[in-house]
Amino acid sequence: MPAVHIDAKGLHYTPLNQQIRAAVAGGATEIVIDHVLGQRFIGDGLRGDGVTITVNGVPGGDLGMFMSGPTIIVHGNADHAPGNTMDSGKIIIHGSAGDAVAHSMRGGRVYVRDNIGYRGGIHMKQYMEKRPVLVVGGAARAFLGEYMAGGLLIVLGLDGVLPISERGLGSGIYGGEIFIRGTVD
Amino acid sequence: MSIGSVPLKFRVSIDPERCMVCGRCVENCSYGVFRQENEKIRINSRNCVACHRCLAFCPRDAIDISEKPTDYRSHPLWTRDVREAIFNQAKTGKIILAGMGNALPYPIIFDRLVLDACQVTNPSIDPLREPMELRTYLGKKPASLSLKEYPNGDVELKTKLSPNLQIETPIMIGHMSYGAISLNAQTALAKAVSHIGTFMGTGEGGLHESLYPYQKHMIVQVASGRFGVDINYLERGAAIEIKIGQGAKPGIGGHLPGEKVCADVSCTRMIPEGSDAISPAPHHDIYSIEDLKQLVRSLKEATEWKKPVFVKIAAVHNAAAIAAGIARSSADAVVVDGFRGGTGAAPRVFRDHVGIPIEAAIASVDAKLRQQGIRNEVSLIASGGIRESADIAKVIALGADAVYIGTSALVAMGCRVCGTCYRGQCAWGIATQKPELTQRLDPEIASVQVANLIHAWTDELAELMGAAGINSIESLRGNRDRLRGYMLDASLMQVLDVKSVGA
Repeated sequence: MPAVHIDAKGLHYTPLNQQIRAAVAGGATEIVIDHVLGQRFIGDGLRGDGVTITVNGVPGGDLGMFMSGPTIIVHGNADHAPGNTMDSGKIIIHGSAGDAVAHSMRGGRVYVRDNIGYRGGIHMKQYMEKRPVLVVGGAARAFLGEYMAGGLLIVLGLDGVLPISERGLGSGIYGGEIFIRGTVD
Repeated sequence: MSIGSVPLKFRVSIDPERCMVCGRCVENCSYGVFRQENEKIRINSRNCVACHRCLAFCPRDAIDISEKPTDYRSHPLWTRDVREAIFNQAKTGKIILAGMGNALPYPIIFDRLVLDACQVTNPSIDPLREPMELRTYLGKKPASLSLKEYPNGDVELKTKLSPNLQIETPIMIGHMSYGAISLNAQTALAKAVSHIGTFMGTGEGGLHESLYPYQKHMIVQVASGRFGVDINYLERGAAIEIKIGQGAKPGIGGHLPGEKVCADVSCTRMIPEGSDAISPAPHHDIYSIEDLKQLVRSLKEATEWKKPVFVKIAAVHNAAAIAAGIARSSADAVVVDGFRGGTGAAPRVFRDHVGIPIEAAIASVDAKLRQQGIRNEVSLIASGGIRESADIAKVIALGADAVYIGTSALVAMGCRVCGTCYRGQCAWGIATQKPELTQRLDPEIASVQVANLIHAWTDELAELMGAAGINSIESLRGNRDRLRGYMLDASLMQVLDVKSVGA
């Protein structure tokens, strides 16, 4: 089946998500959304293990919230909390993301090429083999991995960027692991 | 250790004339009070929590439990409880945990409100002869209806209605999680609400798969820990409730002690076995009222706007302002949990000192929403220390649409409110996960008891309404004029918008 194209220009998130769901229900495995500008909740609660959604533009907050299975690739920056309470699947952001990335995530992977905001990976949780992973290519701001209960958080500090320079790393952590490439004060 | 032994909280004694040494007390007590030595039952009163399991099963009524058997020199300020709390903290250096609801003797506002009845000037209604409408719809109501009339007389509703929950009685069972209570206890509650035609909350422990058959009667909770929350869970609930706070411990998150996290609980919540399940204080994606609106909408998006979303807050000083914000967030109901709400575990200082009474909270929330012209945007559900049908009638008259009961439902299953839920040793099989204890609770029998309670209260409500000349619960809702305050001070009566008896 060929890729389904959706033009998100001027489209509110509810009809946008309805179009995405209809495409998945219709058997689409490739969905491309163009002119995305701040629409929240894209892929909210969406299921579909073989589905790949390409987002061209800047998605709004809570991208892939409660998502279970699909892959979302963003060509642009993302807003706050991509992967919020996500169950499984993948979010790949070719850019930066905002605060609370992967908040309460329970499975799946979030990869951010550049930097993330405050409270990245906050309250991520894991159970046995089901383990969420957040990888950040650049830097993370304060309170990274706050309240973590499980999962794997990696900050790489590529291209000479200082991965961690603010306070509160792993504040309240009681499970999971954080790997920082470089020195931590 | 210089403090030494603290006096017994309870003294247990067995009348030797009556005791037949059957050993039932030894078998039933889960706190280690009794042991049998030859032909005698030996007692260790220090372990007793007064859960009454022993005396409930003694065939000879031979057991006596007395509270505070040893006197302190009495003092109005340095009460026994205050002195013993200091001993405890001097020894341990820790925060004291407690279970169940507020244990301090604050006056109970319900007990200072009385209900009206009709006589002579307008006659009362007999519920045996005339139908009483107790059916309640919970959810967003339209501000106005727009209709299209056809020439043949047909009328079509053009206004789009939001999804509502239909309940046959204004009584629902509140959120008590699997983990805080046993699966048998939750199953009993599920069977009861299915039978009656009302709903129960899952609490923040997820929905166990054995309860899927009852999912049409479940309100699934999304709390700050997001335990057990995934798209399957959200889709199964008849409604979704965001837990912002809880009356027993406003400002802090849920707490399930590690002792109660067995394999099954660990799997449902996705946390390691034996580790404490502590929910963070705020939802870490809600730091303002605007953020709450986003969470409400994210849940509606996830479930395609087909389910009502409720928001539960603890009753605190600015509950009315918070509720006004919730009413503008697309949420369908506000649940207000008063300071007498129960809990499996909370720091004692929070349980006893933080929060305000539900009577005052509901009255001020209802008044503010009406004042702002948005009362129709949300239903109001009251909870926190609802003990009897009179409490329900009074809180509905103060503005609530329905109530959640918690402790009452557990008492209907045998709980004696000993308040040691956090230890996971409940002898009644309710607040524990130990199989040898949970098997004591038969879900079928317990469900009949809970259904009986709700049924009896519903009948009493119908009688109270009939006596007041009201035949529909809608006419009782917010009807402050059918209440009078008896020995309430002027400022509280102003908050409640209730007149004094005689006025």
